[in-house]
Amino acid sequence: MTEPTVAGRMGTAGRVTWLPDYGVYLALGVLLAFNLVFTPNFATVANLRLQLVQVAPVAIVALGMALVIGTEGIDLSVGSTMAIAAALLPLYLGYGPWPAIAVAVLAGAAVGLVNGGLVAYGIQPIVATLGLLVAGRGMALVLADGRLVEIFDPTLAAIGGGQLLGVPLPVLMALTVAAAAGFVLRRAAFGRRLLAVGGNRPAALLAGLPVRRTLVTVYVISGVLAAMAGVLTTGRQSASDPSFTGLLIELSAITAVVVGGTPLAGGRVRILGTLMGALLMQLIIATVIQHDLHDSTARMIQAAIIVAAVYAQRNRSGT
Amino acid sequence: MNEPVCEAHAVSKRFGGTLALDHVSLRLEAGEAHALVGENGAGKSTLIKVLTGVHRPDGGTIRHLGRPVSFSGPADAQDAGISTIYQEVELAPLLSVADNLFLGREPITRLGLLDRSRLRREATEVLARYGVAVDVRRPLGELGLGIRQMVAIARAVSARARLVIMDEPTSSLAPREVDRLADVIEVLREQGIAILYVTHKLDEVFRVCQRVSVLRDGRLVHTGPVRETSRIGLVAAMLGRPVAEVRRHGVTSFGEAHEVGRAAPVLRADSLVRAHALNGVSVEVRPGEVVGLAGLLGSGRSETARAVFGADPLDAGSVEVAGRARRRWNPAIAIRSGVCMVPEDRKAEGVVPGLSVRDNITLAALPRLTRGGLVSRRARDRIVGTFIRRLGIKVSSPDQKVGELSGGNQQKVLLARMLCLRPAVLILDEPTRGIDIGAKAEIQALIDELAREGLGVLLVAELEEIVEGADTVVVLRDGTAAGVLRGAEIGEQRIMELIAADVSDGSAGGRFDD
Amino acid sequence: MTTGQAERAALFSPAAGTGRTRLAALARRHGAALVLVLVVLLGSLTFGSSFTGPGNLRAIALDASYLLLVATGMTFVILSGGIDLSVGSVLALSGVLAAYGSRWGTAGAVLLPLAVCGLIGLVNGLLIGWARLAPFVVTLATLLFARGLAFAVSQEGNQVYIIPADLALTRIGQASVLGVGVPVLIALAVFAAAGVVLNRTRFGLRVFAAGNGDGHAAELMGLPVARIRVRVYVLSSLLAGLAGVLIAAQTASGLPTLGEGRELEAIAAVVIGGTLLTGGAGSLGGTLAGVLLLKVIQNLINQVGTLSSAYQQVVSGTFLVLVVLVQAALARRRRQ
Repeated sequence: MTEPTVAGRMGTAGRVTWLPDYGVYLALGVLLAFNLVFTPNFATVANLRLQLVQVAPVAIVALGMALVIGTEGIDLSVGSTMAIAAALLPLYLGYGPWPAIAVAVLAGAAVGLVNGGLVAYGIQPIVATLGLLVAGRGMALVLADGRLVEIFDPTLAAIGGGQLLGVPLPVLMALTVAAAAGFVLRRAAFGRRLLAVGGNRPAALLAGLPVRRTLVTVYVISGVLAAMAGVLTTGRQSASDPSFTGLLIELSAITAVVVGGTPLAGGRVRILGTLMGALLMQLIIATVIQHDLHDSTARMIQAAIIVAAVYAQRNRSGT
Repeated sequence: MNEPVCEAHAVSKRFGGTLALDHVSLRLEAGEAHALVGENGAGKSTLIKVLTGVHRPDGGTIRHLGRPVSFSGPADAQDAGISTIYQEVELAPLLSVADNLFLGREPITRLGLLDRSRLRREATEVLARYGVAVDVRRPLGELGLGIRQMVAIARAVSARARLVIMDEPTSSLAPREVDRLADVIEVLREQGIAILYVTHKLDEVFRVCQRVSVLRDGRLVHTGPVRETSRIGLVAAMLGRPVAEVRRHGVTSFGEAHEVGRAAPVLRADSLVRAHALNGVSVEVRPGEVVGLAGLLGSGRSETARAVFGADPLDAGSVEVAGRARRRWNPAIAIRSGVCMVPEDRKAEGVVPGLSVRDNITLAALPRLTRGGLVSRRARDRIVGTFIRRLGIKVSSPDQKVGELSGGNQQKVLLARMLCLRPAVLILDEPTRGIDIGAKAEIQALIDELAREGLGVLLVAELEEIVEGADTVVVLRDGTAAGVLRGAEIGEQRIMELIAADVSDGSAGGRFDD
Repeated sequence: MTTGQAERAALFSPAAGTGRTRLAALARRHGAALVLVLVVLLGSLTFGSSFTGPGNLRAIALDASYLLLVATGMTFVILSGGIDLSVGSVLALSGVLAAYGSRWGTAGAVLLPLAVCGLIGLVNGLLIGWARLAPFVVTLATLLFARGLAFAVSQEGNQVYIIPADLALTRIGQASVLGVGVPVLIALAVFAAAGVVLNRTRFGLRVFAAGNGDGHAAELMGLPVARIRVRVYVLSSLLAGLAGVLIAAQTASGLPTLGEGRELEAIAAVVIGGTLLTGGAGSLGGTLAGVLLLKVIQNLINQVGTLSSAYQQVVSGTFLVLVVLVQAALARRRRQ
């Protein structure tokens, strides 16, 4: 397994730098080993596939979040963006599934445009995206008139539940997005700009980089990915549910990013770590449930893991 | 000899592989102002941090008021009577002057509530003793640096300090404020307080201090009464060069004047105005010419450099490049038209510490190295290789994080970032500040060489660098050009006269009554 | 003179500056209150007694009082340079524990939740103050933890504990004095006490100091910054817990789903009230205005019968964005 460490290790000599970077793999390995030994029917194709399909939307949103966090930002509005996408689908299905999906994704881009515009204007990302977290959910409910709408569209159902060469489509999408994000960060000029803006914004400005454009773009990407996750979720449920689609997903996404070793301070993005972070959180829930424990136990374990992850990262900041 | 207030004996401190302090001994007596000088990286700040409990020494002892001590942190040291006044005045800018003065020992009423009126009254009284008359209810951040410094000193003294450490206290003060500080130090000495005065400015050593200690590479290389020390001897001790050599070569590595000729200016900035900072400054740079900006801190040197580069918005004025007037002007456009800048604050505005040397060097060149959104690796590696070699940047590999490099090498990376754009004009804001002697000399030589190749340079630097390196000097005072000196006219004396002209007419430095 | 002016322009002062900066000062300090007055006027003109009637005002006051408690704690946290995302979950946990603890009488119903919430605040404070972890992530974790605990106590939400109607707590919680609900009175009393603590005690002043420049300056001034942070997070959790207890008393039950998103509402109220999200400057008075403003707007949207309650969210969110935009624009103007 090679890690696309985009900005590498910052640790100084002698410090334990692998723990924040690779701790998530360790935790994941331990959890997998535990399940292989103690959980009946864990290592079945059906179960593994189910876990991966369930984690796919969170992973897609988390990848967008990782890019945003790389610019020293945060996007709280992703869950509401998913809800808007979900609410728009049934309204435009009359024109066919693809136009409806296009509208939903465009709406995600529009949300990102507003977020990015506000952040580029100098408003703190927490507040800027908090506004659309609150307003976005309301808009979704207004659009759908507050109702859950069942959808019987083969294309959407296929997107949510189909597979290609035995791999579920949502999983394939998450992997594609991850690969694209990794490639952009390593090879594209935009990736360098993004990390420079997050690592030292005044320096990026003085180097003549288009800082505002970079910020806006990154939030638009996050919005588009969130909308895609909304389409996926809607397809899988065969229903547009603006009240609950993406509810609190911003927390899961941020958790996945942080646990995956991406520092909140920006300048560094870990793509594979983010995927693993999302998977770890999903497996915790699955493990707990399969051992007849409750959802609530899973949340408390997740809380402990988040604290452990940031505690491990603490050593790196040097102070 | 007096009983020492504080005494460090054979103190050592190691960071990783480097010995930051090597058996340093220092004796600070009651009522003396003791200068601590040395180049950056000599160990001054480490010594301060050891004295104030920020770092624990690896070896040696510290005695304070006759007893061996081991402070757990600045708060602990402060309780014991050691106060520190930092270069960047570390107080709470959003709180009022009075609150800042008494934070930590606020007067309270019998009910345990804050006694606001007493707080205000006492704050006014205390500050009056330092010649500061301000409304103490105003947020500290609104006031000038001079006042903030006085508040910091008043705070230290009223906390019953026996030793006050001042870390480059005058780096942002106007001349009159420096005078005031000198007076206040005199008062502190009369009260039997010891002062450790860390500075870069030799004038102040001779004016304010009674004894001086010199650190170099973590070792104490000289300590003795100021009146038995010569200026040139002090410089030689700091630089670690024989006195005779310093005399012969000057202190910088700049060579002779450059062939500027009659070429038309490649850059012309006319009547730059920026509220509260620039008041109609004009600058011209010709190909191959090094134009120095001289003046005190706050006179508008950095502000002029930044305005010419488009880093700060202008209220009025024009910038013309290669004869073409520019209406829209910002760093991105400036870079595209061949005007580049290396900013003063390397850490805050220069390097991106988490990115590699390679990425840092090519950051500004990204648009030129990009085809279809992707960075061309071959072109990038060629540029990076060329500049690492040419500037002698010491890296383990181009993949090394810039944050791990020394200050001098970071500065070279920033120079490379701009030089790889092949600029026509390079603006350098304090390019040699805070870097070691070797790198300093290399950078000075490089500037020389580039100018000889036809690059126009706008240089903000210490006076001695300006005098020895510039072909033309624009002397700034209060955001306006006080005079322009060329060729043989350039000299420390002449520049000082132009700068000093404002002290007599009283138009500046009146910030204490702000 | 020149730098002095530049610096003065960079910051904010009621006592100095030109007319324009004074106006900006006024807008930041009292902007929320001014808008509140306008909105209330508009509301009374449009809806008359259905808005200004005592029943409606009482409902607004009751609704606002819970938010006020949470937002008061949040103001301390934000002033100290932090943020507390856990308050919504803590509020829910507290409600569940109050209902659970009511089997031991009023004392159990009050002390059990407050003790647990205080403990959660302590954990927040220790991790943020002493271990120096990022407040955003730490309180995100306790958000999950508290919500998990609330569900665990109530058997994954299947068990709704009921508070006996004859318990002193329920009677007090549902009583009113001179037409004003007891929860409202309690919230106001707590708010007033918090005002004294923030503005008239050493601790309050040090909370401001801790929020100036990452607390670095306060540390160099020898202030016990870690201890200040711990106290601030304990206070925030306790106030959220108190709100939870009061809601439980009012509804005679504890629901683990309560208070979702309440942390964001509280942050919005604090920011609308003019407190800088970066800490160090702001006021409790502004927070009160922010809380009332949010609640009055929600109420007015409910008054328009044809609009679904989803419009509340749209308006609140849009309003928050507008407020920060205006703040940013004013700050920009000052900088120039």
